[in-house]
Amino acid sequence: MSKAKEALLNPIFNDNPIALQILGICSALAVTGNLYITLIMCVALTTVVTLSNLSVSLIRNHIPTNIRIIVQISIIATLVMLVDEVLQAFDYESSKTLSVFVGLIVTNCIVMGRAEAFAMKNGPLLSAIDGFGNGLGYSVILIVIAIIREFIGAGTFYGIEIMPLTTNGGWYMANNFFLTPASSFFIIGFTIWALRQWKTDQLEEPEFKISKNSLEAEKRITS
Amino acid sequence: MNNNDTIKKTLIVAISLCLVCSALISFSAVELRDLQEANKTLDKQSKILSAAGLLTEGTEISELFESIEPRIVNLETGEFDSAIDLDQYEESSFSRDPNTSIELSSNQDIALLKRRENFQTVYLHYNSQALNAIILPVRGYGLWGTMKGYLALEPDLKTIIGLEFFDHKETPGLGGEIDNPKWKEIWKGKEVFSDSGDILISVIKGSVDKSSDEAKYQVDGLSGATITSNGVTNLLSFWLGDMGYGPLLEQLQDKETKGV
Repeated sequence: MSKAKEALLNPIFNDNPIALQILGICSALAVTGNLYITLIMCVALTTVVTLSNLSVSLIRNHIPTNIRIIVQISIIATLVMLVDEVLQAFDYESSKTLSVFVGLIVTNCIVMGRAEAFAMKNGPLLSAIDGFGNGLGYSVILIVIAIIREFIGAGTFYGIEIMPLTTNGGWYMANNFFLTPASSFFIIGFTIWALRQWKTDQLEEPEFKISKNSLEAEKRITS
Repeated sequence: MNNNDTIKKTLIVAISLCLVCSALISFSAVELRDLQEANKTLDKQSKILSAAGLLTEGTEISELFESIEPRIVNLETGEFDSAIDLDQYEESSFSRDPNTSIELSSNQDIALLKRRENFQTVYLHYNSQALNAIILPVRGYGLWGTMKGYLALEPDLKTIIGLEFFDHKETPGLGGEIDNPKWKEIWKGKEVFSDSGDILISVIKGSVDKSSDEAKYQVDGLSGATITSNGVTNLLSFWLGDMGYGPLLEQLQDKETKGV
């Protein structure tokens, strides 16, 4: 695989920022109650991580080592504020619902992590592709969570009614748990499990093994 | 070989980065301000229209809003006050400024506002000279934060046309159901005052017994959202009471009876 293709596709399943690196969980919990809002968030994050990788990479040879984190954060924060401004101007409804979470992209570990780990060492084009790939990897997981949460929690898919709710005179009693952010923990957990069953090289070594009870072990304890 | 770690280089990078970033942000903020302001106004107008049941598909909101007359009202006296410019009125700054607001004592403050502004904008809708609806901004604390909305009343000043929230932080699916069109539908036709003028409107726990005499003052509670439901009751009792629009409604009522 060429380097560019690798940078683009690897973060989606092989090295997913949420499922394997367990980064950026906070927004995956908070904004996945509804698919439309999630899509806006994914676009916002992908834009920020692509552009921040690009800009960090462009000036990587001029960033003094002792202030490099500050430089990265400034770039990311600027981009996030720009995205927020644009969102407020062109999609006011979603910006109201997303409120603080757009601003919180600044603290999203994926953006910072890619800038520090990849963009500081690679060329601008490759870094931008890597950023975009990681944005996609983040989006895939968020979209999966959002579809499940919206379907079980509100009986809808992208706002289209699939199962009519009892509150609207239908038959489906919504599971309100799925509308609360806590449900994302379970869905992310199951997603990670499913992904690791499929890509078994992602399985982690158990940290310790419980040894079997045996006569010898018992003897050792008693003696 | 270029050394990036000299003090000179560090300062140059830091300062130029700050300049570029701040220029970008200022530029976008200035460029997009008009659009953002327009969005905010449009959103507010559409909620006001929707509370009064005037929102029709396909017509421009700004066009529909022309039939609505905003007026500043002095909440203390209940009289309209034209001394304050409509464009200058801003609820958030007026309710914080000690000169234009009062502190609420704990037994007055049922909607948990802490301070109440002395002036508010109310919206009047006329249909060929006759008052057709009055739309009152209301707000109060729910479970997670302040719920802000508009209450629209019929010209008899006690029948509800609609209640619409435009800003709240209630749990989606539970308290967030205050946005549910089905629930908002229930409010239409409910009455806020009894014949003797007491505020009776409330969101009750469970469903309303339709045969009871009280039914016209009661609205079904939101299941799983008792605190939000109580918050809605409290904010209505506050804003319709003496500390809220009580004096204004009284004045308007007087005018009505004198006119007849």
